[in-house]
Amino acid sequence: MPLLEVTGLSKRFGGFVALDGIDLAVAEGERVGLIGPNGSGKSTLVNCICGTLANETGTVRFAGQAVDGLLTHERTRRGMARSFQLPRPFATLTVAENLRVPLLYTVNARPGTRLAAADLDARCDELLALVALAGKARQLPRDLTQVEMRKLELARAMAAEPKLLIADESMAGLSQSEVDDIVNLLIQLNERGITIILIEHIMRAVMKFSQRLVVLVSGKKIADGRPDEVIRDPEVEKAYLGQ
Amino acid sequence: MGVSFDLLINALIAGILLGGFYAAVTIGVSISFGILDIVNIAHPAFIILGSYIAYIVNTRLGIDPIVVSVVMLPVFYLLGAGIYQIYYESFEKRGQDSLRGLSFFFGLLFITEVMLILVFGVDYRYVEAWYIGPSLRLGVMDFPLRMLVPCLAALALFAALQLFLSRTFIGRAISAVAQDQLALRLMAVDPTRIKRIAFGISIATTSVAGALLIIIQPVEPSVGREYIGRVFAICVLGGLGSLPGTVIGAMLLGILESFTATFYGPSWAPAVAFGVLLLTLAFRPAGLLGR
Amino acid sequence: MQTRIFLLIAIAAAAVVFFAARWVGNDYVFFAGYTVLQFIVLATAWNILGGYTGYVNFGSAAFFAMGAYSTVFFHKFFQMPIPVLIVIGGVVSGVVGLGMGYLTLRLRGAFFAIATLALAVVLQTLVVNWDYVGGSRGAYIIRPAEIAWLGPYIQYLFLLMLALVVISLAIARGIERSQLGYGFATIRDDELAAEASGVPTLKLKLIATTISGALMGMAGAPFPYYIGYLQPSSAFGLEYAVNSIAMPMIGGTTSWVGPLIGAILLGSLQQLATVTISSAVNLLIVGLLLVGFVIIAPNGIVGLVQSWIRRSTK
Repeated sequence: MPLLEVTGLSKRFGGFVALDGIDLAVAEGERVGLIGPNGSGKSTLVNCICGTLANETGTVRFAGQAVDGLLTHERTRRGMARSFQLPRPFATLTVAENLRVPLLYTVNARPGTRLAAADLDARCDELLALVALAGKARQLPRDLTQVEMRKLELARAMAAEPKLLIADESMAGLSQSEVDDIVNLLIQLNERGITIILIEHIMRAVMKFSQRLVVLVSGKKIADGRPDEVIRDPEVEKAYLGQ
Repeated sequence: MGVSFDLLINALIAGILLGGFYAAVTIGVSISFGILDIVNIAHPAFIILGSYIAYIVNTRLGIDPIVVSVVMLPVFYLLGAGIYQIYYESFEKRGQDSLRGLSFFFGLLFITEVMLILVFGVDYRYVEAWYIGPSLRLGVMDFPLRMLVPCLAALALFAALQLFLSRTFIGRAISAVAQDQLALRLMAVDPTRIKRIAFGISIATTSVAGALLIIIQPVEPSVGREYIGRVFAICVLGGLGSLPGTVIGAMLLGILESFTATFYGPSWAPAVAFGVLLLTLAFRPAGLLGR
Repeated sequence: MQTRIFLLIAIAAAAVVFFAARWVGNDYVFFAGYTVLQFIVLATAWNILGGYTGYVNFGSAAFFAMGAYSTVFFHKFFQMPIPVLIVIGGVVSGVVGLGMGYLTLRLRGAFFAIATLALAVVLQTLVVNWDYVGGSRGAYIIRPAEIAWLGPYIQYLFLLMLALVVISLAIARGIERSQLGYGFATIRDDELAAEASGVPTLKLKLIATTISGALMGMAGAPFPYYIGYLQPSSAFGLEYAVNSIAMPMIGGTTSWVGPLIGAILLGSLQQLATVTISSAVNLLIVGLLLVGFVIIAPNGIVGLVQSWIRRSTK
């Protein structure tokens, strides 16, 4: 049974069809890359999967249960986490406090979990170490560099201890080594058992990371398969890579 | 209980005429809120300011209030542009939360009202014009000119703005700035300048709306507050960003208020607008024609 | 500092204030002081929804007035001790806050703000047309001249309001340091990210609205006794809306100290101004200060002090 199953999902904005009957299945432990030109609907798809936007048709099933109609925070509690394309940190909270929020409101809210304050602190520290932000724990997000903000964004999504992590364009504008850093981080997370959907434009990162590649163009899925096969698909070349 | 047909038809007419006027009042907010996404709750304060200016000139020099308001258009435009600049520098550019922006306009609303009280006192003020008083009669239908003239002026204002927004370059840039600032920049158009122009226009409309207001009813400084609800109720009802929607929403509200005042008494009228607003926000926030 | 210790200090401070006022011996101190205390409660209440959670309430007057009018309403049935009326006022306003929140909090903050304005006008219109509570003619409440143990009745009202100040400050401070406070802050900072992090934003916003409204209603409940003759225009007066926004914005919105400072400073200033100049000028000053601070010192006095401290310790 796939961890995430999207069937026939459509979304319109007034007269504009942003997504047209998208089907997507992601198995547990998979590393899926999602690519497509600007405006093809990638972020809209993420928003619909996570509940930030309501889709008009189609269903989203997570861990075997339909999540349509559930609010975003409920989906996060069930194990879906996402990072935002443009980092959205909590500006008046410190870096460490930013990570505390998902721990308090997601991890602690799950039935059966009741972390004590000491455990919360420990997990915060662990996450900070993972993204090399331990030194900046007491600072505010505005004091971070671009890369650090992206890492904070990912760390915050990870703090929710998700089964599925959707990383939305975390690497735009980063240098080559920074991109590699993040890809390695994501692969590390995947090895810990987290299923990851990576949305990216940087082809090098996508090819290195993905076990499976999905291509979205103008709201429709035009390819879905092994990365080396997908990029050779003439449709994909024409619509995306050839531009 | 038989409702007199005369009463009904005249309540309807009064409602439509009132609605036309309400459209003039609201059109500025359609631009500032609908297109620029700025919640200028001080908008009615500028309308009252327009009313008082029309009052002063009309009383001292005997000039028709609508003429006064047209002459004052550039002044109000500059006022609007100036306020936008302050708003932009202090809030939008800094990326401040909307709390500060709202408080800013609330402060402006308040300051304007209190200054008017200090200068003019709380007495009601009137203007004089040849069309205040007489009515046009068609059978049982009664068209008070003091409402008909503002309604026609309002529709003229609306038509002028609609033409401007759809036919001129700046007008179309204004319509576009809500949707795609990047595209504007790529066309070497400064979005901030466009927004400043738009906000300036939004405040300029208050000059005319103010003159129309004091023609329709006597004005005192706190009258503006009733209009906050009306203005936003119409915007929300008509659908944000849709100018034709604003006119329709205005007509509907005008008719609703007219019927309420006729059949239930005028002391319930303020609640109508706000009640409509609350209900629309609760059940259909996108409005009737909204995006 | 533990909440228990804070409460002890607060109660001690309140006792000092009370006995100092008695020592002065002039009843006017109690009358003027009551107004300032009332503003502390209103400012603190407003800040829970506005400063902590980021949702602006323009209709503070409505919640305040509902507390006042529920007192008038029940007063007609039978005399109740004011503390009971305070609780009732709190419940009424809290429920209305909850209801209104439920209708409008799913929308953007700007719509909520406008809706609060709408609510204030709708409620005022309802009250004006409701003869049972006096309508536009107003309602009289005869205030006893004296009360056992204390002397002049105004001292009793002053004491009650002092108690409300301690309670509201304790609640605000308690929230600030709790998980709830974190949740509120995330809503203020970035509601979308908050939801994505598992924060139940609607539920928390409703909690904030209810607590805020309830506190305002509690502040309003003794008002008819204070003023003797209650008219809708005074209960729903714009000065409540402006002050409950201006005081936290000027004092500082991120901590419980801000509204306290703002209310004491602005409240005292206004008491002075009303006596020496007209009340219209006094409101003008509030408006100008609000706009000035919002542009120049958006974090209020607390913010100014904090950055001054940061700069001098660098």
